[in-house]
Amino acid sequence: MNDAPTLPPDDLACTEEVELITDYLEGALPEAKVRRLELHLETCPGCTEYLEQMRTVAGSLSDLREESIPDETREALLDAFRNLRRSS
Amino acid sequence: MPPASSDADLVAALCDGDESAFAELVDRHSPALLRVARTYVSSRAVAEEVVQETWIAVMRGIDGFEGRSSLKTWIFRILANVAMRRGERESRSVPFSALAAAEDTGEPTVDPDRFLPADHELFPGHWVVMPARWPTPEEGLLAGETREVILGAIEALPKAQRTVIALRDVEGWGSDEVCEALEITPGNQRVLLHRARSAVRNAIEAYFGATEEIDYDAVTAELMGDTAKESSE
Repeated sequence: MNDAPTLPPDDLACTEEVELITDYLEGALPEAKVRRLELHLETCPGCTEYLEQMRTVAGSLSDLREESIPDETREALLDAFRNLRRSS
Repeated sequence: MPPASSDADLVAALCDGDESAFAELVDRHSPALLRVARTYVSSRAVAEEVVQETWIAVMRGIDGFEGRSSLKTWIFRILANVAMRRGERESRSVPFSALAAAEDTGEPTVDPDRFLPADHELFPGHWVVMPARWPTPEEGLLAGETREVILGAIEALPKAQRTVIALRDVEGWGSDEVCEALEITPGNQRVLLHRARSAVRNAIEAYFGATEEIDYDAVTAELMGDTAKESSE
């Protein structure tokens, strides 16, 4: 007998898996889908790495430089606030 | 960042004319306001004016703030109104929800050529060129040159995606807050976030050249060999 390696009949394709990653990370997948996705991850190093990288992306952006309004605008706003509150 | 004062405390301080409270609010929210304003108007300069006008409206209207939404949401609603009006004058105003819908193309976020075809006999839709581990420095992705790669990737995103990833992952907002401030559904928000994060991931991967091609002939031969060996034992 020469059995070909087979995947579980309801195995997720990696093409589907990658599109579900954000819903999974956001806790927005129905329970049954979560089980199928996690089952697939157990046997798929590609999707496991993909999930890890999406997590890394989501978690590493908080230190990106923030651009704000120019200092002159900020000062003008504080002046306006002072004047408005003095007159009211 | 110091812990944020509660909305009620802040509003009371603003109504009292507490300038430092107003400065705190301006410093805390202006970067995000600027990002959102950029989705409505054409230039950075106009976006700055929109933010300025928003703060003027906030200081004028704060006495009427009733706390039915969070202070943050209230401020971003004002921004949306100011920016829409400004955008109409520039005749390019599109509600955020319309942008969001237009960017939900349903296109795959990973190049389909990286997978086996859907009708493959053994591994339908599975990776051929799979992602490989990134040589991420210990200090994180933003420490080295990847910072520029990431900034470039975010800058190149369509507007709604750029705004959502900026609010969620750069500013650290919750999904509820983003939906409320931009008036989009949770489903829309997730689609935009997914497309944005995928694009950033793709850019980092391309920069590192971090992929690994699977030789399916070898894999299959090996698996078949193992199976044959097992069944003969």
